[in-house]
Amino acid sequence: MSNAASPETTRKKSIQKISPIDVYKLLPKTNCGECGEANCMAFATRLVNGELVMRDCPPLHTPEYKKAHEALSLLMAPPVRAVVIGTGDTAITAGGKYVLWRHEFTYHNPTPIAIDVHDMMSKNELRERVAAIGAFSYNYIGRKLELNAVAIRSVSKDPSTFADTVKTVAGATPLPLILCALDPAVMEAGLLAAPDRRPLIYAAMEESWKAMADLALAHNAPLAVFAPGDLALLRSLVRTLLEYGVSDLVLDPGTCADDGLAETLSNFTKIRSLACRQFDELFAFPLLGVPMTAWTGGEISEDVLKWKEATVASMLMSRYADLLIMHSMDGWVLLPQLIWRFNLYTDPRKPVSVEAGVKSFGRPDKKSPVLITTNYALTYFTVESDIKAANLDCYLIVVDTGGLSVESAVAGRYFTAESIAGALKEYAVENLVDHTTLIIPGLSARLSGETEEASGWKILVGPKDSSGIPQFLRERWHMA
Amino acid sequence: MTQKDKQNGPGNEGILNLAPQILELLKGVNQLELENFSMEIGDLDLFIPSGGFSSPAPAPAPARPRPTTLIREPYTPVMTEYPGKIREVTLGATKSGGGSRGSTVTIGGAATPAYADRVRLPPHRPVISLDVFDMPVSLPKVLKENVAEVMGQPAEWAKMNVEKFGADVITIHLMSTDPLLKDATPADAVRTVEEILQAVDVPIIVGGCGDPKKDAAVFTAISEMAAGERLLLNSVTLDMAEQKTLESVAMSAKKNGHVVLAFTGLELNNAKELNRRLYEYLPPDQIVMDLTTVALGYGLEYSFTIHERARYAALMGDTELAHPVISAATNAWAAREAWMKMPPVYGSRELRGPIWETINAITLLLAGIDLFLMMHPAAVLTIRDVISRLENPKAALHEPVADWVGVRL
Repeated sequence: MSNAASPETTRKKSIQKISPIDVYKLLPKTNCGECGEANCMAFATRLVNGELVMRDCPPLHTPEYKKAHEALSLLMAPPVRAVVIGTGDTAITAGGKYVLWRHEFTYHNPTPIAIDVHDMMSKNELRERVAAIGAFSYNYIGRKLELNAVAIRSVSKDPSTFADTVKTVAGATPLPLILCALDPAVMEAGLLAAPDRRPLIYAAMEESWKAMADLALAHNAPLAVFAPGDLALLRSLVRTLLEYGVSDLVLDPGTCADDGLAETLSNFTKIRSLACRQFDELFAFPLLGVPMTAWTGGEISEDVLKWKEATVASMLMSRYADLLIMHSMDGWVLLPQLIWRFNLYTDPRKPVSVEAGVKSFGRPDKKSPVLITTNYALTYFTVESDIKAANLDCYLIVVDTGGLSVESAVAGRYFTAESIAGALKEYAVENLVDHTTLIIPGLSARLSGETEEASGWKILVGPKDSSGIPQFLRERWHMA
Repeated sequence: MTQKDKQNGPGNEGILNLAPQILELLKGVNQLELENFSMEIGDLDLFIPSGGFSSPAPAPAPARPRPTTLIREPYTPVMTEYPGKIREVTLGATKSGGGSRGSTVTIGGAATPAYADRVRLPPHRPVISLDVFDMPVSLPKVLKENVAEVMGQPAEWAKMNVEKFGADVITIHLMSTDPLLKDATPADAVRTVEEILQAVDVPIIVGGCGDPKKDAAVFTAISEMAAGERLLLNSVTLDMAEQKTLESVAMSAKKNGHVVLAFTGLELNNAKELNRRLYEYLPPDQIVMDLTTVALGYGLEYSFTIHERARYAALMGDTELAHPVISAATNAWAAREAWMKMPPVYGSRELRGPIWETINAITLLLAGIDLFLMMHPAAVLTIRDVISRLENPKAALHEPVADWVGVRL
């Protein structure tokens, strides 16, 4: 038998092909309104668009609709299963992907990033590193970006040493754990040291699958399957483990940071393509990428290793990794990963632009400053986030530039003296304040002369980056 | 791949040399910069769109006994064939081709999504162009350090880019022609490009100022002067079509044997519309596309997805999108995270800046970019190294996965 889908799975539809009617047929059709929608058809439409989830329909979860619930679960199940690691508020979900390409729908469950520790570290080192993992965060357009898990490696190969380390780490952080030990005896000691934490077990291999499967079943924990560079073995292990009764699996086809990088990317892509295109049930699991393999290369400088790890991590994130294990804790390595992850997992169906108009922040009065920017969503949210963070009282005019950023809109002549003058007039800004001074973005500085002529307003050239607005207003705004 | 590369063969030298070179470039940047600056960490909720559907587990059959040995399953690689193929476009012309370049560069030709299958490599490697500006410009400190000595001397700058940083192509940005800046004349611009052509013998990209009328005048004059050189004119736009200047540039490019860069802003219908207009004047193999590159953190995802969509549509047979694409990876420096001093936990900007440009480029490399416009030498080296690793057919078939679990770090 080849890896072609079985008759059962060929009946499965991709998310783009599921129509609201398919869903409607399985709903209670009572138009009860408990979901907040006008009727069941409206609910079906929003469910298909990914705007609502099955949980939003309470009657569906009653015994009366048990059969319909099962059928709908099957219909709506993503071709890549979602696997939960950890428990409670900090639990992470890996996988749950509906599509191969982001533009086909949207990607779900942003790739959790785990940072490693190992069992030859002292208790103090462990506590310090674990605290740093939990504390690392970045405020990006009003969102807090963070790391998500701790991977504990067995370096000593000694069960009790590993158990001690797991115990220390588990006591020091609520974050989900990944236990990395290739010897089942060591793994068992680790699992016993973190009861009820539902850690990911890393990993079942050709020689160890049975012992690891027993541990996964005994501890109700998800299991990673490690078959480096051998997709047939990976499939064999998955088939065997499924038959054995372990179904929360995570796949590691191996990450190579050097000459094997091409094969790594190729394997990730093939696995995900087969899962999403052919509904291949043996590849229908989240993928684990391990950028920290870059550290085993023995380069002469740590900065070079970190550099390599950063590039491999971002490539794997773009190429279908649903979970990453990294070693570097440097901000310059992690920041681009956290931001790229946030961006990659936004909904591409959402417009690039925000509505044009005048926004007010804080409690502006007649003497408050008036700023202007473009309606590109990320430009607007960046400016908004900077204004809010500094608690400024001001008006912000948002010009329709067709969703272009300031720099592109100036170059493409969407943000011009005329469009600025037009916006001032259209939104009757002269009625909002009793001055006629407008602050334009620093990146549009060259429009200042023309704009003064076209609008009759006095133009102040603001900072090139909106992070400079608070300081700019302190130094240059003297209306109050 | 450049002609030069072809002669030398796709060896591994780049890989071996990378570490010391990167090290050199990053030397002395370990000190963290502390400044009187703090970031507000908001107390806002983390926004994670969630699938929300629990996937039912494939019910394990309880009646069957548990397996005691491994059940062998085969794996048959699926080779997806695509009906479409990206056109090949050559930049630069040697003496025999009617120009004066020492080497030419051919881009495009892809028949599969980028790096989806390691055994099916595109016929040409992506190439790297380094930027030169024709007047002093304000640059982030980390970029300026490398080019301060040649700022304002475009010919010297171009030479340095080729000799020191190994540029495959040079882009000369004629900023001074901007009517809102120096308003330099087309004749001034012609002189600058002549100097560049004399200073280096790689293919040249000529960048305008973005004003559709001025650019048309400048491009037409340069096109005449450099007849036969197969320049890439960066760029032509729908704005030019509206201002009725597109025809003059396209006709001049055809007559004098140049290539045009069709620039549109993250909108595939516009990209197709502009190409259709250009087909009226130019053969399709004289058109390259710029679909817009946005900085990481400022909308890179829009660029990533538009490139994936364009490439996939082209491979599925949309010939209006089957052109090679370029990316201005230097746009990465628009992100504040690339140039700003930040608290020590986020690292020094000497590392953050170049990694930002690197990740911007590497992300779009996976979406199918054929030519990058770049600036920071460490980013250039890394992209070149990654490309050589991804496109080296002789690379170890199965590099053993290292024992990362047991390694003591």
